[in-house]
Amino acid sequence: MAETHSLQDLRQAAVASKVFVQRDYTSGTICKFQTKFPAELESRIDKQQFEETMQTLNNLYAEAEKLGGRSYLEGCLACLTAYTIFLCMETHYEKVLKKIAKYIQEQNEKIFAPLGLLLTDPIERGLRVVSFPTSKHHAGRSVPWLDCH
Amino acid sequence: MTGNMHLGVEEPIRECQYNQICTHNSSPMDTPHTKKRKSKRKWQVFPGRNRFYCNGRIMMAKQTGVFYLTMVLILVTSGLFFAFDCPFLASNLTPAIPAIGGVLFVFVMGMLLRASFSDPGVLPRATPEEAADIERQIDATNGPSGPGYRPPPRTREVLINGQTVKLKYCFTCKIFRPPRASHCSLCDNCVERFDHHCPWVGNCVGRRNYRFFYLFILSLSFLTLFIFAFVITHVILRSNRTGFLSALKDSPICVFLDGCTVLEVVVCFFSVWSIVGLSGFHTYLISSNQTTNEDIKGSWSSKRGKGNYNPYSYGNFITNCCAALCGPLPPSLIDRRGFVQPDTPQPAAQTNGTGACPPNQVQSHMCAQDQCIQSTKFVLQAATNPLLHSQPIILGGGPTLQAKSSLGGPCSTLTPSQPSLPSSIPGLTCGGELLALRDSEIHCHHHLHHQHFISPEETPSPPAALPCATHLGHHVHPAQLFNPVSQDSLHEDSVRGLVKLSSV
Repeated sequence: MAETHSLQDLRQAAVASKVFVQRDYTSGTICKFQTKFPAELESRIDKQQFEETMQTLNNLYAEAEKLGGRSYLEGCLACLTAYTIFLCMETHYEKVLKKIAKYIQEQNEKIFAPLGLLLTDPIERGLRVVSFPTSKHHAGRSVPWLDCH
Repeated sequence: MTGNMHLGVEEPIRECQYNQICTHNSSPMDTPHTKKRKSKRKWQVFPGRNRFYCNGRIMMAKQTGVFYLTMVLILVTSGLFFAFDCPFLASNLTPAIPAIGGVLFVFVMGMLLRASFSDPGVLPRATPEEAADIERQIDATNGPSGPGYRPPPRTREVLINGQTVKLKYCFTCKIFRPPRASHCSLCDNCVERFDHHCPWVGNCVGRRNYRFFYLFILSLSFLTLFIFAFVITHVILRSNRTGFLSALKDSPICVFLDGCTVLEVVVCFFSVWSIVGLSGFHTYLISSNQTTNEDIKGSWSSKRGKGNYNPYSYGNFITNCCAALCGPLPPSLIDRRGFVQPDTPQPAAQTNGTGACPPNQVQSHMCAQDQCIQSTKFVLQAATNPLLHSQPIILGGGPTLQAKSSLGGPCSTLTPSQPSLPSSIPGLTCGGELLALRDSEIHCHHHLHHQHFISPEETPSPPAALPCATHLGHHVHPAQLFNPVSQDSLHEDSVRGLVKLSSV
């Protein structure tokens, strides 16, 4: 039982793959993803489209982490209320994260799903990577290696 | 177990049949809720060495003894102040004194609890796919390694605002640490913008709780100075009335009050020096936008060379202060109260949650499966062989363990006979230093040193295998499982593959 189970998995595994887009730290610790087009997606998606999506995501994250009058005001107000204010309202960051989730969902529906791709929300991966599972067999049997070689 | 069967959403029923085989086993991780609850919350399967309370709302380090001491010191000193000094001061000077004292006290406690209970900015560990992807990229950069060759430490260089910063690879979390992140060996997590592990607060101090920590020590400095000043005032004022009190001098109440006063003065005196000093130090760090980590290592010191500057600083100290204290508060990345999804890949070091059936019984099965799948890549390169068929490590089954030990083996071979010993030492040392109140700053640094000395040398196998071990339970005896591997070259390949993936 265990034997055939594994072999089937391996075959299935060879079909499923994920492409990871890592963070870009050249501007410091702010959340920004690399806009370089990964080679694995060359045949799957338009380069322009990909870069546009990544750029929009980067802009949204920059908005979340922006230091400005609004964030300072929120910070001071929170400090004065001993941070109890966050029991009632969301932080600006959280609001933008919701916006990002919505944007990703839209992009998936409109652009990526028809191409057989799926863009996962980076918050689920600790804001570390943007992953593109490239198989329709998106199951718990996630395979740790890519089929590219 | 019908209670678990319904979770096999995408998984074939045979998954749950495996469950039936090993249901009679239970690991130490099992909680009474597991049988009643349908799915686990993420904090229950968290791979780090943290403690969670209130169903995941509160997150602290494992060693919390010193934190309770902090609480006791603050509560007792403040309590004595409000009980014995305030009535006198309120009636003789002004009632504003207890009022201000009260506000300060509430603020101090609020900030302490906030710093202690919140997530410092823990980075979740890499999922198996991510880990493998990074592994692949490193292999591509370094080139293939021969058998028994230990690859060099993995680093990536990145240019940030004109400064070259090295990103180190964390063997435990299987990620390249973002800049300013560091791995806390006490909590066994990578923390963003890691400052230090503070035993007094019972938690790491990182990106998300640094401002609470700073406000805590700042307000505590004010509180201790306040109490110190007014206790002295009280004593002076009282001694001016010696005539009135001399008759009562030897009464037990007087002696008791004197004792309380002495206690308050002693605690405050030592606290003032340490806390005020620490506040001053952190004010300096905030204004220059450095972490304790970086300051101790002298990362951005001009002594390191010309043109060495802090790339994260905003230029002027006002912006740095505002950014540190009033900047946006990032959300927690670990989502402790979320439910473990059946189809979500779980972090690499803890390969037990991938299956559809969350209870621990099937986790050992999943661990073996994932490990085996990973190592199979190397095995396939060598030859096909019947050892591809991994046997789940079924706890309590002696013969079964022995039979298919080769690929199932690594899971158990990585079972440490000891938990990560180096990292437990600082905890012990810290406990031993409880009494040296005035050295709190040194304590915090002390832990930092330990963390530093440990993490570069951290032997990957114990920490990486610890989650493996915890869900395997402690029933597995390493000795009996690691048998024919070394003698077979194919076994070697698979073991090497596993060793490569999960250790150096």
